[in-house]
Amino acid sequence: MPAGLFRALLTVAGAVAAIVVAIVISSVAIIAAGASPEAAFAAFFDFGETERSVVNGIATMLNRAVPLFIAGLAVAVGFRMNLFNIGVEGQYRIAAICAAYVGSTFTAPAPIQIAVIIVVAAAVGGFYALIPAVMKVTRGVNEVISTIMLNYIAINLAAFLVRGPFTGQRAEGQLTTSTPVMPESAWFPDLNWIFEVLGLPAPRGGGLWGFLTVAILLGVGLWVLLERTRFGFEVKASGLNPSAALASGVNPKKMIISAMVLSGAIAGLIGLPEILGDKHSFGSNFTPGLGFLGIAVALLGRNKPVGIAVAALLFGFLDRAQGPLQFANVPPSVIMIMQGTIVLLVVIANEITSRIALRREERRAAQQLGRNTPVEVAA
Amino acid sequence: MTTVVGSKRTRNYHLALIGVAVLILLMSLVRIVSGQDDITSSGTFSAALLLSVPIGLAGLGGLWAERAGVVNIGLEGMMVLGTWFAGWAGYQWGATAALVAGLIAGALGGLIHAIATVTFGVDHIISGVAINLLGPGVTRFLSEVLYKEGTAAGEAGAGITTSPALSSQPPQVSLPLFSSGPDWLGSLESTHWFLLSDLAGILRGVTHNVNVLVILAVLMLPLTFFVLWRTAFGLRLRSAGENPWAAESLGVNVYLIKYVAVVISGAFAGLGGVFLVFVTTKYVEGQTGGRGFIGLAAMIFGNWRPGGLAGGAALFGYADGLQLRSAGAVTSFLLFGGVLLVIYLGLKVRGMLSSDRPAALAARTAREYTLMAAAAAGAVVLIWLWMTVDRLPNEFVFITPHVLTLLVLLVASQRLRMPKADGVRYRRGEQH
Amino acid sequence: MNADTVAAVQPAVQLEGITKRFPGVVANHDIRITVEPGTVHAIVGENGAGKSTLMKILYGMQKPDEGTIRVNGAEVSFRTPSDAIATGIGMVHQHFMLADNFTVLENIVLGAEPRKGLTLDVGGARARVNELAERHGLRVDPDRLVEDLGVGDRQRVEILKVLYRGARILILDEPTAVLVPQEVDELFDNLRELKAGGLTVIFISHKLDEVLDIADAITVIRRGTTVASVDPGDVTARRLAELMVGSELPTPETRESTVTDAVMLQVSALTMEAEGYRPVPKGASVELYVDSLRAEGRRLLLDGVSFEIHQGEILGIAGVEGNGQSELIEAIMGMRLAHGDISLGGADIASWSTLRRREAGIGYIPEDRHRQGLLLEASLWENRVLGHQTRPPARRGIWVNRRAAKADTQRIVQDYDVRTPGVDTLALALSGGNQQKLIVGREMSGEPKFLIAAHPTRGVDVGAQAAIWDHLRDARAAGLAVLLISADLDELIGLSDTLHVIYRGRLVARLDPSDVTPERLGGYMTGAITGTEET
Repeated sequence: MPAGLFRALLTVAGAVAAIVVAIVISSVAIIAAGASPEAAFAAFFDFGETERSVVNGIATMLNRAVPLFIAGLAVAVGFRMNLFNIGVEGQYRIAAICAAYVGSTFTAPAPIQIAVIIVVAAAVGGFYALIPAVMKVTRGVNEVISTIMLNYIAINLAAFLVRGPFTGQRAEGQLTTSTPVMPESAWFPDLNWIFEVLGLPAPRGGGLWGFLTVAILLGVGLWVLLERTRFGFEVKASGLNPSAALASGVNPKKMIISAMVLSGAIAGLIGLPEILGDKHSFGSNFTPGLGFLGIAVALLGRNKPVGIAVAALLFGFLDRAQGPLQFANVPPSVIMIMQGTIVLLVVIANEITSRIALRREERRAAQQLGRNTPVEVAA
Repeated sequence: MTTVVGSKRTRNYHLALIGVAVLILLMSLVRIVSGQDDITSSGTFSAALLLSVPIGLAGLGGLWAERAGVVNIGLEGMMVLGTWFAGWAGYQWGATAALVAGLIAGALGGLIHAIATVTFGVDHIISGVAINLLGPGVTRFLSEVLYKEGTAAGEAGAGITTSPALSSQPPQVSLPLFSSGPDWLGSLESTHWFLLSDLAGILRGVTHNVNVLVILAVLMLPLTFFVLWRTAFGLRLRSAGENPWAAESLGVNVYLIKYVAVVISGAFAGLGGVFLVFVTTKYVEGQTGGRGFIGLAAMIFGNWRPGGLAGGAALFGYADGLQLRSAGAVTSFLLFGGVLLVIYLGLKVRGMLSSDRPAALAARTAREYTLMAAAAAGAVVLIWLWMTVDRLPNEFVFITPHVLTLLVLLVASQRLRMPKADGVRYRRGEQH
Repeated sequence: MNADTVAAVQPAVQLEGITKRFPGVVANHDIRITVEPGTVHAIVGENGAGKSTLMKILYGMQKPDEGTIRVNGAEVSFRTPSDAIATGIGMVHQHFMLADNFTVLENIVLGAEPRKGLTLDVGGARARVNELAERHGLRVDPDRLVEDLGVGDRQRVEILKVLYRGARILILDEPTAVLVPQEVDELFDNLRELKAGGLTVIFISHKLDEVLDIADAITVIRRGTTVASVDPGDVTARRLAELMVGSELPTPETRESTVTDAVMLQVSALTMEAEGYRPVPKGASVELYVDSLRAEGRRLLLDGVSFEIHQGEILGIAGVEGNGQSELIEAIMGMRLAHGDISLGGADIASWSTLRRREAGIGYIPEDRHRQGLLLEASLWENRVLGHQTRPPARRGIWVNRRAAKADTQRIVQDYDVRTPGVDTLALALSGGNQQKLIVGREMSGEPKFLIAAHPTRGVDVGAQAAIWDHLRDARAAGLAVLLISADLDELIGLSDTLHVIYRGRLVARLDPSDVTPERLGGYMTGAITGTEET
């Protein structure tokens, strides 16, 4: 078996084992809470009786998975070169409010309006990530601690902006403050037609957010960038061995700045599915915590776009079950426990599997020492 | 230690004393100029002490772990565990039980971190992030199970996000004569004399109605210093953070040391959580408010040393306390910052004028001028802000410790020295 | 001494049939060694022969799969180094095991701390360390930070650490690898004193002259097993070497000179400050500025280094590690800023980035292949791309040309005899020699004009060493200019056309490799001999 395939299989096996153990641990918690694990797991797969409720469930799951996927991508770009951008949380919030505000100030044909909003979000996110990057390259400030600090600054800044300079007209009976509602040309078309094509009813509410398409394009683009281009190679080299990268002519400062800004720019898009697809403004009830969950998703997906997509879908799948779990009399926060344990177990499993893979390769290389035959090129 | 080390230590000690004196003088000046008595009032300092303690405890947690070579950004999650269990045990069995439960919960969080990082060699940051996800998840789950309507706790006033109030509070003490009874410091403070009243306010703040547990917590600082720098165990622990392979070759059980250190680290974080519960008299979801991270920042601010850590925690606690007492007084710190920048400028200019180097070389870099220009501009902006802004929005006050930490890191990060093998993956029998 | 008492004395250490297997390899096989007490017993063998594994077994860092260890006649089984320490065995590691930020005293007492009540008994420990140092002639200041000490001092700290634990049997793993000849003499004086004090020393080395100088008995290890026990009195270095290698010895001799007139690399007045690079102020010339730095007494890592290398020339730089070699490489590679001029084939490259210099034809075999040369957790073909990511065959537009890179890696694997299961194998699975051959192959591809070879054969087996020397010689014959930096004086003398000695950041001597002895070289390297001699 080629070494690469073996490593990939082993990784999948490790992830599956980790998830199984996480399920066992959660079952223990559920039993301790006096509920039945069967009921809980039935609830996860209970998408309702009618076609419409099934469609609704799928839309909810995908709508949750899309921002998580983008967040995972943002985190992964940094992680791949051992840059711990813990600041995705702050970057997406500050980007979201700026984009929502800018989007509400003008009206243009839909494609232009949406493109401008996306560009603003990416630019603000990228700029906010530039701060820790510059601090790191000029003054050697560890990015973990600076991005954590910048998260709190961004969260408070966003709270100030939404209640102060960027606040909009509050509608009758509305309790939360928010930015002005964007014109309809800034509403991203939904994907409900997919369900209609399949002969299913359209989901209620905002439906299936159209930003899904942007997320898929982003994922494919990022995969190509990281796996096939010179930039991706330099990112990988910097992550695996910064001194070797430096000696090979990779400029570490440039890499830190570009990886951080790219990470921040992607992070800036995290809030857009919700803003463009559903809320059409940034309010004080805007979904928090996506940046931190993004770290979990990236770890789970081993910093690879395909893995991150699977992980985001898994998290979306778990999060969807909030309601059904309540009906089944299971505390819905069991989802948080599952997500936390899955992440912890998967990173442990990754360590174990990479050790196994290494031992196998060492053994094979050692056997090779014995005979001196030319080897095949594994393309 | 030899005379060299000894004299360096005394010099540092004197420098620290002079620094504190200058600081108090400046604060007094700013108080007189701005008329904001809360800058040095005993109320502010009392609040500052109370708020510094959890930050300091989290920082000590970080110190224990990082001195043994394990980066612990999971402090926040461990602190959350501490708050929940303190609330849960506290409403049923009182303050002592709260203390013990919070301590153990934090230590368990530390144990998970130790298993992941030490036994399985998971990256320390990654494991910490996972624990920060897990902590709030577990507590939320427990609240939903134990505090839901219809349970005994629910009757006692619990909700999904809060525990019932603690059934007892730890006792409080005051310094006799000075801070209670005749309350000499109190009367001196209310005269608002230059410097004297400021000193009195500060002293009264930290001696009047002080929770005994605050005293205990403050004692943890010298205790930590003693254990880490004066005992055999401490030497071994620090060796695990500096060069675990050397320690291993001398028969030190590095795994065990790291386990102990990280569990103690978690216990300190949990203890920090217990304190927050004592302050609000009950567990409230989200009450840690990122203090685990600020504690970590205080430790870095303090260059991985207990004394510096205490300084950092005090500074952040003070910023919090002042904002709590009087939001208006906070603007005075714009003036304070401005004055500091002016002093910095003065020192720089003097240094330049007195330089006896050849002119061509003395004017070494444009960088220095840029720096000075930036300082001057900063001073002008800060003083202008102080004169025009009446009241800072709350959000800006909340971020003070974070902004300060960033500034300190920017200025001092190259002089900071963290343990050499901090955050490094260590496996027995494998050279790095 | 009569026969009865000789029989009554138990061997200090007796190893019987020690065998240790690692996945896919047998590191030690049926090792038999008897070490008499109060002697210096040398264990010799080439790199990779299994000496280090054996010592790890004897020190409890690894468990043997088979065989018995007896210490002073009693059979022992070590689980951890503590067990070995408890039986009176101490180890001085090849790579120092010291915490830099600790004092000498703290390093010595760690793990065996004297206590006074709850606290560390610093006073008692200092008295004891001073007494030990006095008795064995191992002077060091117990209160200095280790990071401020030189190599010789650090080694004395290591020996004191072992003695402090009451060791009667000392294992020294390649103790002379990092020392210059003068320091080696000091070490040997120390060892003789220890021996006179009744201690047993096990001395691991592959430097045969030294072994013959100090040892009372010699055991030779080859391919993981003991092949001979000899008396230093009736064996020559040549015979010992043959026992060690089991065949003809390779020599690093270069044949006829291929040096041409064309200057490939010219370095002039290269100067680097210890406190970080600061640009020269406007209006001041570089010379004036550097002079002022010297006048201010600032520490210079490189101080006015000038030399030129011609096409087809190997220029060797000898020096004790830490005298500016790494900084010189970093300056030439553009990884660290320095004052002075560097030109490559006539083009001024001083302001170029590392990447541009590499593209212009500079190859670099780094001194530490794990740190600077390889992506250990990446495949071999990705390691082939490293440093060549902007050049064909690795690059096609913005893309990495995977197929071409793999094919070219295959070429290197074959031409340079890299033993690997395939080009998709991770680099860390390879042995040190194969990793190094891959690096040499990579740096030789793309037709470099100038190659920096830093310790090109450090830590590789004899076969790979000979192959690498051949490649360097071939490239030199083809017109490559080579800067060779090495700690192996034989390698330097044998390969170089010109030899410079670097000492405290300055080139202090230029020597003719054809008539210089290692001893004289050592004199310049330590500053014992001063003054330049032109040849």
